[in-house]
Order: sequence, then C-alpha cells, then structure tokens
Amino acid sequence: MQKRRKLGRGVAVVGAGMSKFGMFKDKDSKDLFAEAFTEMLSSVDKGADPNDIDALYLGNFTNDFFMHQGHWGPIISDLIGLAPKPATRTEGACASSALAFREGVFAIASGFYDVVLVGGVEEMSKRTTEEVTEGLALATVPYEGKVGFTFPGVFGALATAYFERYGATREHLMNVTIKSHNNARLNSKAQFNLSIRDLMNSRIERAKKKGEPVPTWADEKDFLRDLRANPVIAWPMHLYDCCPISDGAACILLVAEEIAKNFTDNPLYVAGIGQGSGRGLHAAEDITYFEATRYAAQEAYGMSGLKPEDIQFSEVHDCFSMAEIVHLEDLGFFKPGEGYKAVEEGLTRLDGPKPINTSGGLKCKGHPVGATGASQLYEVWKQLRVEAGERQVPIKDLRVGAAHNLGGTGGTCTFTILERR
Amino acid sequence: MEGRPFSDIFYEQFLNEEKLMGSKCKKCGALFAPPRSICIKCHGSDMEWVEMKGKGKLAAFTCIAVGPPFMMKEGYDRAHPYCSGVVELEEGVRIVARIEGVDTTKPETIKIGAPFTAAYLHRGEGEEMRTFLAFKPL
Repeated sequence: MQKRRKLGRGVAVVGAGMSKFGMFKDKDSKDLFAEAFTEMLSSVDKGADPNDIDALYLGNFTNDFFMHQGHWGPIISDLIGLAPKPATRTEGACASSALAFREGVFAIASGFYDVVLVGGVEEMSKRTTEEVTEGLALATVPYEGKVGFTFPGVFGALATAYFERYGATREHLMNVTIKSHNNARLNSKAQFNLSIRDLMNSRIERAKKKGEPVPTWADEKDFLRDLRANPVIAWPMHLYDCCPISDGAACILLVAEEIAKNFTDNPLYVAGIGQGSGRGLHAAEDITYFEATRYAAQEAYGMSGLKPEDIQFSEVHDCFSMAEIVHLEDLGFFKPGEGYKAVEEGLTRLDGPKPINTSGGLKCKGHPVGATGASQLYEVWKQLRVEAGERQVPIKDLRVGAAHNLGGTGGTCTFTILERR
Repeated sequence: MEGRPFSDIFYEQFLNEEKLMGSKCKKCGALFAPPRSICIKCHGSDMEWVEMKGKGKLAAFTCIAVGPPFMMKEGYDRAHPYCSGVVELEEGVRIVARIEGVDTTKPETIKIGAPFTAAYLHRGEGEEMRTFLAFKPL
C-alpha cells in the first residue's frame, strides 16, 4: 500500500497554450515555444504579467541528439524574457514535460514560488526516420537497445504477449487507430487532422488523377489490412499503429491556489499527481502492463480521493495503438484484458461514457516527445473549460479530467488529475 | 569466474565466451540475469555468479522492419526484418535477446511458448569483438 500523499498547499492551472504540432521546415524549437507561450498568455482570462512568473520548468528529451544543442532551460527562459530568473530542464524521455509540470507543482506547493511556467518542446523532424529511431531508442532499457529493440518493437512485443493472454488481435488495434483519427479530425492543431476515411478518399482521388489503379477498400479496416497502405514497422505494429515524428511545444501557467482567482474565475485545480518508475521487459513484474503507470495512478488516486470511475475523460500516452489499450487497464478504467473490448464497444469514443484521447492522442495529434505531457494537460484544460470546440466531450457537469504520460518503454510514467470546483 | 564484478561489462565478457551468466543473492536466493550487484528483493550485495542453461520459452517478440542504423548495417531492412524477443528461461528469469532461425516475413508462424535455446552472435574480432545474445528454436 502506497503512502497517501498531499501537497503543502493547493496549486491551480490558470492558462495553457500549445503550438500546432507537425513537421516544420521553417520553425525551430524557439519558434514553437513562442507560439505556445503567446497562446498561453492570451488564455489567462484576467491577464497574466510575464514579469510575475517566478521560474520555468521545461521538459525536453532529444534536442541534444537531434539538434546538437542542449541546455534548453535558459534558451527558452531568454526567449520569453524570463532570464535571469531560474530555468530548470527536466528529462523523463517522452514524459519530460509531465515531470516539468510535477516539479512546478511541487515548487508552488512548497511555498517557495507563487507563479510558475511549465512546459516542453521538441524538434525531431529535421532528422531521418532511422536517426529518430536511434535517438528515441536512447530511452529504452540498455539491454533492449543492444538486441535491436526499437520503441515500436517494445510495444510490438508487448502486443504479442497481450494477444496471447487475452485473445486480442490486430483487428482490435485498428479500432484504436480509427477512433484516434476521428477525434484528430476535429483538432486543427493535430498533425493528422483527418479520419482514416478521409485518408482513403484522398488516396483514391490521387490514384484517379494519376491514372493509376484505383484502390477498392471495403472499409477502414480493409485499408488498415492493406500492407501497401499500412506497412509493418515492428510486427504487429504497422504504420498506422504508430505515432508520427513531430515538432511542437506546449506550456501551462501554474499558480498558488489562493491567488488563482486573480487570474481567472474559472481555474482548474491539481487534484492528484502521481509518478512511477519501470524496469524494462526483462525485469518487469509482467510484460502485459506497466507497473510504473499503476504506481503513478495509485499515487494520484490516493492523493485526490478519486476513483477511476470519477475520471470523466482522459488523455493517455498512445505512442502506439497497443499502448492505449494497456493504459486503459493500468489506470483502472477497465479490467486487465478488457481494454480492447471497451474500445471495440465504442466506450472510449468522443461520445462514449469514457472518452479517451479527445485530442487525437499522440497517434494523430503528434508526439514531439518533450512537449507531449504538457500538451495532454492543455487538452484537459480545453475540455474542462468547455473550450474544445467541435471535439468538446458531450458530458454534462464536467468536473474531472486526467492525463497519463509515459516515458521510454515504461521507465517513467505519470498520471495527473485536474478538476473544476 | 568468481572474481569478476557483477556488472554489464563482465556479463558481456561472459557472452563473448558463450556463457549466459546471472547473479544470485547469497542472502535471499533471488536470481538475476543479466546480473545485478545489488539484490532488488532484499538489498543485499553478497552475490555469486550462476550459469544459466540457456533454455527457455518465447514470451514475446516483434519482427522489426525499421531498425536503428547499426541493425541496418547488418543488412536488415523493410524487406528483411529481424526479430527481437523476450525469453523466459527455465531458471525462472526473463531475458531480452535477438531471435534467430524464425521466418520474420511470416511472423504469424512464430509461436509464443515455443522452446528456444541460446545462441551467440559474434561481431568484430579480437579486442573489438562483441557478442549479442540470441535464441533459436530448439
């Protein structure tokens, strides 16, 4: 049984911003963070003076490797006119900016700071797929990288073990992909804001224009079964099971609870926050789930007094379709072995009882790794404030939303619960 | 054998000698492969080397079509995927390894639970030699 934890004082979210996610030739990390920061400032209902920000916590994973430039804390601090105030970079692979959020919460909860900016940035698209694969593999467990495991490979292996135990198949993974695309179609900031059906139609149009044989897919799953359209990356993970290579940034403004109303009459509060560590495929308790997620979830539920059924919607770290199914189970939304059935039954759709990845998730919104955790909380902010537009969850009395972020191959997992009061 | 530290460096040195070695906690008996110098069960640090028989069952696998540059250099690509997997050893510990001797273009023919035995892939020569742990069907 984990110790029940609480913050020294309450922390509120009063603003959030996110750049468009995608592959940008003409934008770098600074441009992307500036885009997110500008939106964040304009999102604060009563306005925020950047001079009141006490410190920055910034998540970034691979810019050292991909951009040959490290030490991004002060670079971003200078960009937004915060220097000489302190900037701290956090690294937890793909969970880097969830760690920035967590450190920002602790900094305020301790009483040391009152106003903290947290966020993340990543610039990945200026490298080849092989280089990105190698770069991301920096966050596998050392033994895994050496025997050739890639990120899709680890989740592919997890899928084979999960399929064997619970009887799921590739067809079930397709349900996740189709749902994610349907949600991302409604998110203009998403890298792929189109449905699988839209994709099929554009391929058909292209073939017609070029006078090539016109594909005749019966439905979305037929398209996803077509190995020319959806080739193997790391079997059973195919192209449309995998998140893309992305550039992007996101940031969140955190303040002490007692001053939240100076910024907005509609703040969100940090209800629960959890983090766990994992041990890789060879040493994990079991290879069909992530113990780090379960630990993080227990911590966050314990702190908040909330249960899985109280979480009205959630972003989860769907770096791969298989991952989404496992997270649904690890977070307690569905029982082990039941996650794939829940997706099949439509329970996680935008209009279902437990909407998951309303943003389109990493799969379609994009996954600039160091920015992902903050961008998930941006989605929770938008949804809980009923500002998500076309993709707004149709739930009455919206009060509680959450975000689950996973770094590496489950080495670092976080779960953060935000609430309206 | 007995004098070698319980580290990744010496684990790999044993692989060069075609030995799959783990460490056992003398205090609580917990077994680890690859070896650990600190027992994660009882936090003891009095360990001994134990040789694994190198036999086990396939617990999970993937056939990778898009690999990192060092695997591409070995000649693997989209048309020639390689297999990486997790093997549950007879001794009760799990280990990650390359999986050889399977048809990676027909992954549905690779069966979880099937018996596999250790093989050693040597790359480079002399001081430069490195050995990758692999398993092949028994």
